[in-house]
Amino acid sequence: MTPLDYAGYTMSAGDLIPLLPLLAVTATSIWVMMAIGVKRNYPFVLGSTVAGLLLAALLAKRLLTGPAPEAAPLLTMDAYAQFFTVLICAAAVGVSLLSHNYWTEFDDQREEFFLLLSLATLGAVVLAGANHFASLLLGLETLSMSLYGMLAYPAHSKRKANSRALESAVKYLILSAVSTAMILFGAALIYAETGSLAFAGLGGLPAGPGVEYSVVALLLVSAGVAFKLSLFPFHIWTPDVYDGAPAPATAYLATIGKIAVFIVLLRVVVETRSLGIAPVVIVFSLLALLSIIAGNLLALLQDNIKRILAYSSIAHMGYLLIAIIAAFYAEGPISIEAVSFYLFAYVVMTLGAFGVVSLLSSDALERDCISDYQGLFWRRPWLAAAFTGMLLSLAGIPLTAGFIGKFYLVLAGVESGLWLLLAALVVGSGIGLYYYLRIVYRMLLPEPEGAPQLRQGTAGFSIVLVLFVLLVLFGVYPASLMSLIESIAL
Amino acid sequence: MILTLLIALLFIGGLLAWFSERINPALPRWIALAVLAIELLLMLSLLSATPENGWLAAYNHAWLPRFGISLQFAADGFSLLLLLLTAFLGIVAVGSAWSEITERAGFFYFNLLWTLAGVVGIFTALDLFLFFFFWEVMLIPMYFIIAIWGHENKFYAAKKFFIFTQVSGLIMLVSIVVLAWFHYLQFGFFSFAYQDLLNVGMNRSMEMWVMLGFFIGFATKLPSVPFHNWLPDAHSQAPSAGSIILAGVLLKTGAYGLVRFAVPLFPNAAAEFAPFAMTLAAISILYCAKVAFAQSDIKRLIAYTSVSHMGFVTLGVYAWNELALQGAVMTMLAHGLSSAALFMLAGALQHRIHTRNMHEMGGFWGRVPRMSAVALFFSIAALGMPGLGNFIGEFLALLGAFQANQVLTIISAFGLIFASVYSLWVIQKIFHGKYSDSAFDGSRLLDLDNREMAFYAAMMAGLVWMGVYPQSFLDLSAPTLQALLESQAGAAAVGALQP
Repeated sequence: MTPLDYAGYTMSAGDLIPLLPLLAVTATSIWVMMAIGVKRNYPFVLGSTVAGLLLAALLAKRLLTGPAPEAAPLLTMDAYAQFFTVLICAAAVGVSLLSHNYWTEFDDQREEFFLLLSLATLGAVVLAGANHFASLLLGLETLSMSLYGMLAYPAHSKRKANSRALESAVKYLILSAVSTAMILFGAALIYAETGSLAFAGLGGLPAGPGVEYSVVALLLVSAGVAFKLSLFPFHIWTPDVYDGAPAPATAYLATIGKIAVFIVLLRVVVETRSLGIAPVVIVFSLLALLSIIAGNLLALLQDNIKRILAYSSIAHMGYLLIAIIAAFYAEGPISIEAVSFYLFAYVVMTLGAFGVVSLLSSDALERDCISDYQGLFWRRPWLAAAFTGMLLSLAGIPLTAGFIGKFYLVLAGVESGLWLLLAALVVGSGIGLYYYLRIVYRMLLPEPEGAPQLRQGTAGFSIVLVLFVLLVLFGVYPASLMSLIESIAL
Repeated sequence: MILTLLIALLFIGGLLAWFSERINPALPRWIALAVLAIELLLMLSLLSATPENGWLAAYNHAWLPRFGISLQFAADGFSLLLLLLTAFLGIVAVGSAWSEITERAGFFYFNLLWTLAGVVGIFTALDLFLFFFFWEVMLIPMYFIIAIWGHENKFYAAKKFFIFTQVSGLIMLVSIVVLAWFHYLQFGFFSFAYQDLLNVGMNRSMEMWVMLGFFIGFATKLPSVPFHNWLPDAHSQAPSAGSIILAGVLLKTGAYGLVRFAVPLFPNAAAEFAPFAMTLAAISILYCAKVAFAQSDIKRLIAYTSVSHMGFVTLGVYAWNELALQGAVMTMLAHGLSSAALFMLAGALQHRIHTRNMHEMGGFWGRVPRMSAVALFFSIAALGMPGLGNFIGEFLALLGAFQANQVLTIISAFGLIFASVYSLWVIQKIFHGKYSDSAFDGSRLLDLDNREMAFYAAMMAGLVWMGVYPQSFLDLSAPTLQALLESQAGAAAVGALQP
């Protein structure tokens, strides 16, 4: 069956099996919605969300090794998609447990946050399997719509601290809508030329005469994607949104919100390698270069940990883009493996870093100023050690998964001879160290006099510790993950 | 197996030292001392091992099969000498920290042992990925040592140290990956093993670029002008145990890398680059000797002299003949001991009178005769007095370098004169002249106690041994250096055949 021909497509019950994780996430959302409707019970809602998402992750894990399913018209739930479904669902479970502590003293309804969270996860899982512009937009919008709600969640709270959440959500809403519109326009241009909205149909775009048309269409889509990934110069929303939103929502946006888009981007690039036409590659290279330099430089100026992490995430998206650009050039699987491993490491370390922030914060008091962390090493040694581990991993220091990820990126860059981008990677990492070490150093200083009591949260703390263990485990012995990633390559 | 034990022992010992603090605050230092003593004994036991394919001990186990990366450790006479230096100076560092470090001692000894674990890993790793892994692993604990227990400007110094070494390390990582990628292109499989990568052939410009990546990584750690900028800050701000490890051991990892990797892996490029490297060495020797003379901070002064002395190592390595290489190795060992002793003395002074400013000192000989005599001994050792280890090293290095490049060798030899000037000037400034304690609390200026004297005596004995009977050290490193020279001669011949 060609991707352009759906007429003869009939679905059998067996075709539903690869979709089981998706169905599990859908069921979780509906179940949580009904549970809230019957009776508001915070622990029950939290438990249901975690259980449902965990089930989805386990199902996807089972399907990872099974026979490759036939591509359906909208979704390809192959090993690649299942792998990232596991990652997305596990990360969503992590965010849920981290946010438990955050909302305990919230003066408004708390349960819907988890409904929004599981809906957003549904959108992300759709993106993991998307092979068609329709499913791309469906997934993207489900994800973004739920994120608006999550970002603005404390908007009705009486507390003053929450006033910026609404601002953050509106900012994201407007820019996200603009970027979606750009993707739509690009998709329309592509459809007008090729008559297909499937990614496989992109191969029909003219690469010889009339290439200008393809360039315009592809760059429109790319600009939309760059907004979502907050690549320079489409990054302006990132620090404000990260800063104003409640910490768990920021954690969600920074991890799942980013990687879901990256998963689609990689699939598109790999499935239509012919699209490596010079202008598009140059634009991507510029985006990567500028994101690395600007993200790292701007992070130097910040005193707020959420803003530092926001700018550092811009730089990390730039690093990741190196592997995407490498995928344009090289036929080998290394760039795909590099992206996959780095995304895994990125989720672990970003979630861990935001996890520490959410753990110490509550809706009434965001502890996101760098001075709040002074002396953390001597007050909460394990938490500080975990945070240090996350920061060093973001900086790409060995013993952490971030280092192996950076090694993969260097390998992908070398394979395609992207020397300029590798130089940017080296320079960017050097600048990056400066602000990561600043936070570490603050934690090493003696604790200030009369510092307020820090919050405790067992569920969130155990998640941070689990992430720390994963970080070190896959930093020291990543062989098992490496071979898994090798087997899922597109 | 013994090599993995060496590394594992340091990692586990570090954790033990950290957690033992809860039981008794005095326990960590005893644990650190015991671990390092066991290390030293284990290393000494390797002296009697019979070499197999040139290696006294070897271990190989698959680690990341996807990229042909393995846990490949091996030690020959050259690595063993540096391992012995590491364990010995580790014990000296524990001795110097013994009463100096009282706050958060458990975490301090944890960091000390983990730094040494990284160093032992560097001296034994034969897989380049593994080598790089340890290269970076040792930075974090060293950062903590400087940043937590350092002096007034510690954060700046710690950060500078970390960023310099990390960025140069990343450049080296890119080079390592390029080398492995060329191996993949030529042989069809990934490997990071030293023996495999020795066979990789590259075109001239690529070989030069990749070699430069390694050179920058090693020259930053060594350090050589123009990458030496981090060193005076790091050394002067670190606690004395940190300075001892930095000057005595960490700098040697850079020199080790040059001898083991940067030259043998890229024979043609290294030969082409040698005049430039030797020029940088000559500049390091003379320029840093001059800058040292301008310092008033005693630790900064010793730091600059370190850069100057390490210049002889670079000079010897890039002369690339047996005499010069032997000289480089001897300089590494002798400078390890003498600079560690000098930093320990500077630390002891600072601990007593809370200043490192030489202008505030003077006439100490009458107050602290033991300390003064010890300082005189090590200053004389550092300036290259015949009969002590540093003389043998620098003399051999110059002798060998003369065969390779007369002009630069003659210029570098002036470094020996400068060394005498600044060394004697320091002695004159601090220990002679009129005593005055207007700038510090003179009541705390006590002489060295027996524990401290024991450490200095051990280092003195080492330097005298090296100076009087260097053959025992030369014999140990000779097989390694000869093998390196031969393999490179062969590789150069192969390289000449390629179009």
